[in-house]
Amino acid sequence: MTQTDLRAAFIADLTAVAPDLDPATIGDDDHMQDDLGLDSMDFLNLVSALHRRFGLPIPEADYPRLATTALAVAYLQEVLAA
Amino acid sequence: MPSLGADMEEGKLVEWLVKPGDDVKKGDIVAVVETQKGAIEIEIFEAGQIGALLAEPGQTLPVGAPLARLGVVDEAEVTVPVAASEPAFQAPNAAAPPAPAPAPTAKPVAPAAPSGGVVLASPAARARAAGLGIALEAVSGSGPGGAVFLSDVESHVPAALQPTAETVVEDRPKGKPGLDMTEMRRAIAAAMSRAKREIPHYYLTHEIDLQSAHDRLTALNADRTPDRRLLMGAFLLHASIRALAKVPELNGRHEAEHYAPSGPVHCGMAVAMRGGGLIAPAILEAQSRDPDQIMAAMRDLVARTRTGRLRNSEITQGTITISSLGENGVDALIGVIYPPQVALVGFGAPRVRPMVQNGTIQPRLAVTVSLAADHRVSDGRRGALFLAEIDRLLQEPAIP
Repeated sequence: MTQTDLRAAFIADLTAVAPDLDPATIGDDDHMQDDLGLDSMDFLNLVSALHRRFGLPIPEADYPRLATTALAVAYLQEVLAA
Repeated sequence: MPSLGADMEEGKLVEWLVKPGDDVKKGDIVAVVETQKGAIEIEIFEAGQIGALLAEPGQTLPVGAPLARLGVVDEAEVTVPVAASEPAFQAPNAAAPPAPAPAPTAKPVAPAAPSGGVVLASPAARARAAGLGIALEAVSGSGPGGAVFLSDVESHVPAALQPTAETVVEDRPKGKPGLDMTEMRRAIAAAMSRAKREIPHYYLTHEIDLQSAHDRLTALNADRTPDRRLLMGAFLLHASIRALAKVPELNGRHEAEHYAPSGPVHCGMAVAMRGGGLIAPAILEAQSRDPDQIMAAMRDLVARTRTGRLRNSEITQGTITISSLGENGVDALIGVIYPPQVALVGFGAPRVRPMVQNGTIQPRLAVTVSLAADHRVSDGRRGALFLAEIDRLLQEPAIP
């Protein structure tokens, strides 16, 4: 999967969890909680969606690596390559 | 058209989920109603058979207007949910038996008229008369042998005196994205103004060491896939609900001058809407749920609050509300009680703080819990016992 594909997939899962977010306005460095307003339930739903899509375990210890879209894409790329 | 909040004046029927002839049981979802604040699934309040549908999808009706007729097994019909001004009685099987066996939905029979002759009346009419405090003899019946029907009872009292619905009137907003924020703000304003006007609040706060609960949660989640993980919020709700067993008077509803403690805990959960505003639907029968079940109910309720449909029971039957700021909020939340409830529990954001343990200062995860409670119903000593019990339960290794 290319970085572009990963980003599109991540944004798709993010906007499914938070349907009020406009994909066009989500910045790569927007913080999930602080900028996009996700609460802990939204974030867990996002992690669950990524888990289903990619089959990755995504332990809680890795949550900080999903804090922004840019971080998340890098994380997914790294873990999927491993 | 049931009332889904004290400020609700009308609602639009979106769709029927039943058709005439369908048998329904109490709690079945029969229709979807769009209010100015969102779509709500309407549950039927009695078992029976759907008669005529009186309202059509797309129609906007005032609260109290009949939506449909419900045939109550071999008995006179009652309107759904309740008519404010019921049209002429139309039951095809209107020959109400003189002394009917209690309907399956056995409502209390009117205590009125113990003297002398038995007044012929349908169970629905008796129940309504009892609810309104009317003696059945005073009502002229239009049925066979002068039997009193529901419509007779209702036409006996001025419309203004009639209760709106069997679903209890309450200030409780609800909705989903795209809802009208002005309306939601208005609903919150109405409920909170009433709370501050009518309820003599007292407040208590307590700092709870969450470190061991956090450690247990982390260990539990480590073995689980994301969709089965728990949030700290589920632990906090679970402990709060269990603590009510020790101070049960905090769980109930104070309507008019009368306080009624509740056996079941219908735990309202404040759900913030991302666009602003707040909805507090209830997890029904929460007292018997374990943390996993609480978590499942939280997921479901949050999802439906934000993107789906809530049911009318969930927004009108809460007996206590718990509000949590989540992981990214501030230290403490001192709440305003949601009328007619008598207590609100508020959790601030858990944060690592210096705490003294075994004589040394250690960084520990801690949370400040608050109680806002109705002084007409409880006192500070009881409230303190409740918060201390939440603390104790959260330290229990037995709780996952």
